Amino acid sequence: MSGFRLKQGGLIDRSKRVSFRFDGKAKNGFSGDTLASALLANGETLFGRSFKYHRPRGVMTAGSEEPNALVTIDRNNVLEPNTRATMAEIYDGMDARSQNRWPNLKFDILSANQLAGPLFQAGFYYKTFMGPTQKAWKLYEHFIRRAAGLGKASIKHDTDTYEKTNIFSDVLVVGGGVAGLTVALHAATKSARVLLVDENAMLGGYHRGDPREEDTIAALSQKVADHPNIIVLQRTTCFGMYDNNTYGLVERVSAHLPDKDEFAPFERCYILRTKHAIFAAGALERPLVFPGNDKPGVMLMDSIRAYALRYGVSTGKNIALFTSHDGAYAQLSALQDMGLPIKTVVDTRTEISDLASAQVAATGLQLITGHAVTAVRGHNSINQIAVSPFDPFTGSAGRESQMIDCDCLGISGGWTPSIHLTSQMGGPPKWDEMLNTMLPGDSNGDWTACGSMSGHMNRDDVIASAEVAAESVMRKLSFSKSRKALRKPERQNTLNTAPVWKVKTERGKAFVDFQHDVTEADIELAYREGFLSVEHLKRYTTLGMATDQGKLSNINGLALMAQARGLPIPEVGTTRFRPPYTPVSFGALVGDARGTHWRPVRRTPMHAWHEAAGAEMMDAGPWKRPRVYRNGSETLEQAYVREARQTRRTVGIVDVSTLGKIAVQGPDASEFLNRIYSNAFAKLPVGKARYGLMLREDGIVYDDGTTWRLGETDYLMTTTTAHASGVMEHLETYLALHWPELKVHVTSVTDQWAAIAVAGPKARELLSPIVPDTDFENEAFPFMAIRHGKTKQGIPIMLCRLSFSGELAYEIFTPSRYGLALWENLQEAGKPLELVTYGMEALGTLRIEKGHVVGAELNGRTTAEMVGLGGMVSSKKSFVGSEMIEREAFQDLHRHQMVGVISRNGESIRNGSHLVRGANPKEPGISLGHVTSCAYSPALEKYIALALLEKGNQLMGQNLYATFPLKGHHVPVEIVETCFFDKNGERMYG
Amino acid sequence: MLIPCPHCGNRDVSEFTYVGDAKAKRPSSATTDTSRAQDTWDEFIYYRDNPLGPHKELWQHVGGCRQFVELVRNTRTHEITGSKGRGPHLEGNHS
Repeated sequence: MSGFRLKQGGLIDRSKRVSFRFDGKAKNGFSGDTLASALLANGETLFGRSFKYHRPRGVMTAGSEEPNALVTIDRNNVLEPNTRATMAEIYDGMDARSQNRWPNLKFDILSANQLAGPLFQAGFYYKTFMGPTQKAWKLYEHFIRRAAGLGKASIKHDTDTYEKTNIFSDVLVVGGGVAGLTVALHAATKSARVLLVDENAMLGGYHRGDPREEDTIAALSQKVADHPNIIVLQRTTCFGMYDNNTYGLVERVSAHLPDKDEFAPFERCYILRTKHAIFAAGALERPLVFPGNDKPGVMLMDSIRAYALRYGVSTGKNIALFTSHDGAYAQLSALQDMGLPIKTVVDTRTEISDLASAQVAATGLQLITGHAVTAVRGHNSINQIAVSPFDPFTGSAGRESQMIDCDCLGISGGWTPSIHLTSQMGGPPKWDEMLNTMLPGDSNGDWTACGSMSGHMNRDDVIASAEVAAESVMRKLSFSKSRKALRKPERQNTLNTAPVWKVKTERGKAFVDFQHDVTEADIELAYREGFLSVEHLKRYTTLGMATDQGKLSNINGLALMAQARGLPIPEVGTTRFRPPYTPVSFGALVGDARGTHWRPVRRTPMHAWHEAAGAEMMDAGPWKRPRVYRNGSETLEQAYVREARQTRRTVGIVDVSTLGKIAVQGPDASEFLNRIYSNAFAKLPVGKARYGLMLREDGIVYDDGTTWRLGETDYLMTTTTAHASGVMEHLETYLALHWPELKVHVTSVTDQWAAIAVAGPKARELLSPIVPDTDFENEAFPFMAIRHGKTKQGIPIMLCRLSFSGELAYEIFTPSRYGLALWENLQEAGKPLELVTYGMEALGTLRIEKGHVVGAELNGRTTAEMVGLGGMVSSKKSFVGSEMIEREAFQDLHRHQMVGVISRNGESIRNGSHLVRGANPKEPGISLGHVTSCAYSPALEKYIALALLEKGNQLMGQNLYATFPLKGHHVPVEIVETCFFDKNGERMYG
Repeated sequence: MLIPCPHCGNRDVSEFTYVGDAKAKRPSSATTDTSRAQDTWDEFIYYRDNPLGPHKELWQHVGGCRQFVELVRNTRTHEITGSKGRGPHLEGNHS
């Protein structure tokens, strides 16, 4: 228990008390608190357990860079794991929980992991579970996976809603601090449309809550908020920079609200397109590396200031600071005035600036120069630090030490600009000797960095650099015509940062990456084992690979590797930061494109009828198609077998509106189709349809379907449902790019036509009375003939006598708006004929009985020859695919051929079964092929299948086995021809 | 990535389908019986350069005007340095 609420100060509203729960215990805070500030004010120091070693961890920062204080927020059973306590604003009833601990946060069994420290060092997995010990992984995986981790995701459906939208601007300003506000205002006064985003709940950046800056910030913020050219998005993170000035933004719309607006999303993702971006994202403080630097109570120095100024919280009753630059001293007296009990400052440097000395003198605290912290005492909170003399040349600390009492230790090794976003698309970051850190790399011309992000650490320089940046961008975008010379302010070295990368001591874990538990010893180990490049270092130790992407660890890690290798830091290089800057929920990225909104649903004109008839629907791409229409308690198989059987006995109808339909029109349409299809099309007479086979350029079968010649220059092509859009693109590509000389136009008319297939011996009997003016007699209306007409009810229709079921069959096309009416007329007229409505399963059964191919056989690997359609490949013309069908591989005798398969013992044949010779399921022998489609055939009263079989044509009549070892199926089968039923087509042509 | 469609202006890449290398030219079907002809077909169907840098390529604006666009796109930076429409109406084949 060390932190407490100061009597005054902070941007919180002390009149509004907020109650929340942490690990089930009731806590209080004020409106404006974050979870971290409220818990600190409640005296909590322990926030969570670390990733690998389960070490107790507190809060390290006051911002989005927080590596340690990750919690799970439970909102009515919707869990939001790995939420940064430093960013989560509290609300009444908030329920937060610590993570990665068992049975509880204070007593965690797996913290014993740290005793086994050497076991879990870098490369642990590789060394322990590769090679001869690989089997051990299977044994221990469960325990290890459970031991390492952060929060757990909920497996429940996310009941929150999310939005995704587009937004546009001339200038994007990232960061709402003094620099960002200055930039936004300047650009807006030049009439540019400005979008300002800031990830915090309040504008003001670094100076937020500082009473000395309050007036400036308030005035600037007000002007920005009031300006009509500026949109301000607060609680919004710019998480990614993408091509063509596209940025990803995510806004936390409802996370901070106790009762969310019913219509407001939880988060909103914006895709921003802008002309230019100005980064005023500020800088992050860098921790120092010394033993125990991860203990609860050790935090970044500036966050102590932030908690006092923004939330009126003192992070301890006796605060010590440990630093290596002058940044700490400027604020000392102001903080002491607020009541912050800062007692000691330890500085690695032997000399500090005069200004800093004066600050120390004014506050009367204890200053220990030339020393470093070498140990931190205490377990779940700290009570003492050990301080030893520090040698800046070797980085070593002396053995003798003095103990200093403190319950909070602020550490700071310097400041690092937030270069993450600029690194995503820009050139590699540049090493800066003055600040001992990385600055943004070269811009591609479309972004500019200013303020502390460009290394200007002094407040006046920050504002001056922002003004220069804004004006130069206005000139680039022609919003400003001014030609007055612009001079970027020189950077002042106000920090005098000493490069201290670690404090060398005898023992104790000194952490570099807090979230992934990477210690300085891990980096040395990586070096000793030859992982020298930063990319290898990163992957071997997982440095910087946690959810915070190494915001605090990156520079220290690089510097330590450079030190180990004896190289200057710039020569070691750096890894590139990747989007997102902070983790983005899947929900925000998906927006509302989930569930039924995942993609459009396509319904045929007869959909309502199918639903009313109790059809079981199935997805065929975006389409919904009836699978079977069950009668009572029928099984799926009973239902489709009944539908198929009755179709062959009386007449059946099926909705085939989903077929792709393309109008191919123009004087060269015949020539075009003749080149597209592998079979002859040039001489198809008007009023006739033909089955066509389409190959790919490489000779593999692409699609099949019938094409109807409606007029001299007018064709209607049908495609399979699956390839409707693909075929359309295929045709357009040839017309636009390869045969521009052909005068042909193609139009997708899939949605314009409803289509019904009528099949069965009573098909003629059904249709004759409905279409009175059409003669359905065999000779008058022969196979593949097309007729135009009107039904008795006046519905315009187009009929073609064609069949995929082997029955006497017709396809009827009618404009979509008549589809349902025509369907209902057929149902009505069919009643006395015992008409049956059939679905996809029966449709499949009927076509398998006839050996017709569908997508399962035309799988992108089969040639026409293989699927028994060799006769449809013309040798007299050149067409798409004709140049490749003669190639050697296609002549290989071992290629599969499509065959029919009949189960010999009445067992069903599973789709995907392999055909083998071995009678014993344990010794099946090699696979000779596989089953592509299967069904129970009511015509044969047997289970049948189609299969692709090596040398299939030579194996007719042979007995093989269809084996499916995963399910223990091993069925004796006979190989037969692909057409199982009515081989001469008497039913179809009769 | 934004693709400059000559008919619709700058549009998001998600509206387009990648068609392929614009240099791949479909051989004329008339010359198919020599082994050299076979080579040109192999070239057209299978062989593609994989340059790091500018690449001439075809895209179709399937989610828009459905026309074809030929781009010069830098495969390293996605920078588009050239674009023109492709199709019979632009190639002067119609009278």
